[in-house]
Amino acid sequence: MRQDMMIRSVLIGAAGLAVIPAAIAEEGDAPWSQADAIWGEEAMARSRDAVLHNHGALRTTYLQAERFELQSTDDEEVLLLDGNAWIGGDINKLWIKSELEYLPDEGEFEEAEVQALWSRAISPYFDFQAGIRYDFEPEGRPHLVAGFQGLAPYLFETDTAAFLSEDGDLTARVEAEYELLLSQRLILQPRVEASFSAQDIPELETGSGLTSLDAGLRLRYEVKREFAPYIGVEWQQSFGETADYIEAAGGESGEAVFLVGLRAWY
Amino acid sequence: MYNRRSFLGTALGTGAALGATSLLPAWARSATHGNLGLPTLSGTEFNLDVGEFPVRIGGRAGHAVGVNGTLPAPLIRFREGAEVTLNVTNRLKADTSIHWHGLLVPFHMDGVPGVAFPGIAPGETFSYKFAVPQSGTYWYHSHSGLQEQQGHYGPLIIDPAEADPVAYDREYVLVLSDWSFEHPHRIFEKLKASAETYNYNQRTVGDFLEDAGRDGFGDALSERAMWGAMRMSPRDLADVTGATYTYLINGHSTLDNWNGVFNPGERVRLRIINASAMSIFNVRMPGLPMSVVAADGLNVQPVETDEVQIGVAETYDVVITPPDERAYAFVAESIDRSGQAVATFGPRPGMRAEAPALRPVPTLTMKDMAMDHGDHGMAGMAYESGDKDGMSHDGHKMDGHDMESMDHDMSGMSHDDHRTAGKGDGMATMAATDDGMQLHDHPDGPGVANTAMMPVSRLDEPGIGLDDVDHRVLTYADLRSLEPNKDTRPPEREVQIHLTSNMHRYMWSFNGVKFSEVTESIRLDEGERVRFKLVNDTMMPHPIHLHGMFFELENGAGGHRPRKHTVIVKPGEKLAFDVSSEHIGDWAFHCHLLYHMHAGMMNVVSVIPKGGEMEAMPASHDPASHYEGAEEPAHDMDHSMDHQDNHGGHH
Repeated sequence: MRQDMMIRSVLIGAAGLAVIPAAIAEEGDAPWSQADAIWGEEAMARSRDAVLHNHGALRTTYLQAERFELQSTDDEEVLLLDGNAWIGGDINKLWIKSELEYLPDEGEFEEAEVQALWSRAISPYFDFQAGIRYDFEPEGRPHLVAGFQGLAPYLFETDTAAFLSEDGDLTARVEAEYELLLSQRLILQPRVEASFSAQDIPELETGSGLTSLDAGLRLRYEVKREFAPYIGVEWQQSFGETADYIEAAGGESGEAVFLVGLRAWY
Repeated sequence: MYNRRSFLGTALGTGAALGATSLLPAWARSATHGNLGLPTLSGTEFNLDVGEFPVRIGGRAGHAVGVNGTLPAPLIRFREGAEVTLNVTNRLKADTSIHWHGLLVPFHMDGVPGVAFPGIAPGETFSYKFAVPQSGTYWYHSHSGLQEQQGHYGPLIIDPAEADPVAYDREYVLVLSDWSFEHPHRIFEKLKASAETYNYNQRTVGDFLEDAGRDGFGDALSERAMWGAMRMSPRDLADVTGATYTYLINGHSTLDNWNGVFNPGERVRLRIINASAMSIFNVRMPGLPMSVVAADGLNVQPVETDEVQIGVAETYDVVITPPDERAYAFVAESIDRSGQAVATFGPRPGMRAEAPALRPVPTLTMKDMAMDHGDHGMAGMAYESGDKDGMSHDGHKMDGHDMESMDHDMSGMSHDDHRTAGKGDGMATMAATDDGMQLHDHPDGPGVANTAMMPVSRLDEPGIGLDDVDHRVLTYADLRSLEPNKDTRPPEREVQIHLTSNMHRYMWSFNGVKFSEVTESIRLDEGERVRFKLVNDTMMPHPIHLHGMFFELENGAGGHRPRKHTVIVKPGEKLAFDVSSEHIGDWAFHCHLLYHMHAGMMNVVSVIPKGGEMEAMPASHDPASHYEGAEEPAHDMDHSMDHQDNHGGHH
């Protein structure tokens, strides 16, 4: 039931994106029309639709590598790409989010997930987002997604989402970032990401409750706003049974990671 | 001694000047290249070709869209009342248009595609024909896409039919503008992606430590927390800045040094036009007072000042009388102090005045939020629409105020225990606004991040960043029209317009409704006297422009209120102007910051003629006589309509 509703809301959202400009053009009488009698109704209708559309209804696009970084610990390296893209207007957007973790030493992906979300502005600073997520790695697994993304008071960027897998497993993720301007271009960004699970998921070696918490500091230099290399450090901690799984496999449940990366957007 | 009449010959003699200057029309050239003052009348028929062409700005090659291959466009000059024909040929791949800014043309000649006419398609020639009952300094520009940002603007002067009340020995036009090597659509897209893309004036950790050292850690922190709680920056002074702009005077950057000549003691009239896309300028000539003689084209009682903040699309005529045989700098400083353009006036061509250093970046206060007068620390009074998680639910206390009590119904609001208590002037100003607490009956939602709770009149203030300069600055309250106002009827009706935005999403609108969402224009009946009240709910100054008519700005000048076509509404301000709806037609009404308009801060004011729309014809010329070329507009108009031309000289 719940999955159905989510899927339906995604479909409605996607349809909404497509019909918005048309809906405005077809609605009722023209908002003004005195020039029609001089230049002709048809020519004026066309240009009126254009002038309305061009002043507030244009779609824009955005492509971002939020974190494209090499994470190094004593014993392994991970290449992470946390990327986003969107297209849409002020209220409705199609968001694509992806997170890829690649192990250069082993030549394989550790994790690879992509989300396609309908994002709707529900308040000045927050969007409701719903859609689907597909994990290609560690194993093919679709999820439904619902969440809120936006700028919280005191200028914290937040992204909170719940995921329901096709097996019925419910997980959630909360991310928060803050920016401290050391200068106009040198920016220190604390970032926290916490993951939760409502149940044990043995095949993913995940226990229930708070499963992991990553807390990092990234120091970037904005050569341009769109191009900012950075260095950083992050503490990655697993909890509960999730930690037990990792330790049983010979790993560390908590470790410091050094980061070198690039934040870029277009 | 140079004089205006000998100018034409001189200009022709040096017309073949080398390099970038050859791309400039005579009026925009430096004295170095033969410009010793403006040419006089230049006819009644003008051919204007809109196309793309290369330019050199500050030594760097760029690509412009404009008129007759020059940036700025040619000077159009004719006499008051003359019937003029302007043939505009579109040599672009996209539609174009020309709007005659400030001219009282019949509305179908106003040049706004989709409002006044269908626009000018590629390959087409459109003939504008009109006579206007006015004189003064105006300008013209594209109203299509973002062409204005790319160079599609130029000056327009109408010489008075009778003697000019302003006496002068020499005159120059100074067209101020902002040039970017980035494509304007890219600029807009970057603002949508991150509204602070071009803002390199933000407060840093270092600024915080400085404030903490001066004001104490607690005060500095609570001030930061207050802005943070509202998700606002007190340094949002300009969206597009010197980070991408090169500021220009007559197409010259500071490096290119536009220079004009004078003989010491001469009265030199400067016709200053802010033709920028996004830049409000502070204009001054260090060491030289300016006598303001006209605003937005119309004469005002001369008022002497040392600095003027000029909004986008405003024009000011000033007379200077440089006494000494030395170079004077003419400085146009961007309101956010991210850059400036400096020109030189000197007794000889080619002089270069010393450019003053950029002044420190101003920081907005709670007054700009329409919440407090002169002091900060009133975050409790922030009214947030939409998500109210910020201020009202956390029970956070500031200055002894419980924010819960400030929430929405305002029942907890009492003036006497505010920090402002005792600041007589502040409270008096507030009392002077008839409502006190501002009502907001417009839609909100994601596009409206803030609403001004206690907007005040700020017409007697010089503008952001100029409060504490140590010289005189012009304010709107200083302006008195030279001619007594013709229409002194009290307004019969009020139209309230809120300037609304969500800076974070880069959404801009009137009354919370973007132009793309407008379903009905603002309707006025012919003959009606209407008061427009503008309330600025945003943190930025907006130069608001009404096409097709002058409005009398309610600045306390009684029967000599200044008549303007554009007025800056400061952050947190509420101002009023009166309109005599005698000029029928559909007229664009918008913020003249180009990207604000592009984002939706626009509407149409329709002046509906008595007796219904079919008699709305200000003139019913055969449309085919206006369009020539690629595609002709529909011919299915009603030719039986009244042929009366209403743009005669009876205004």
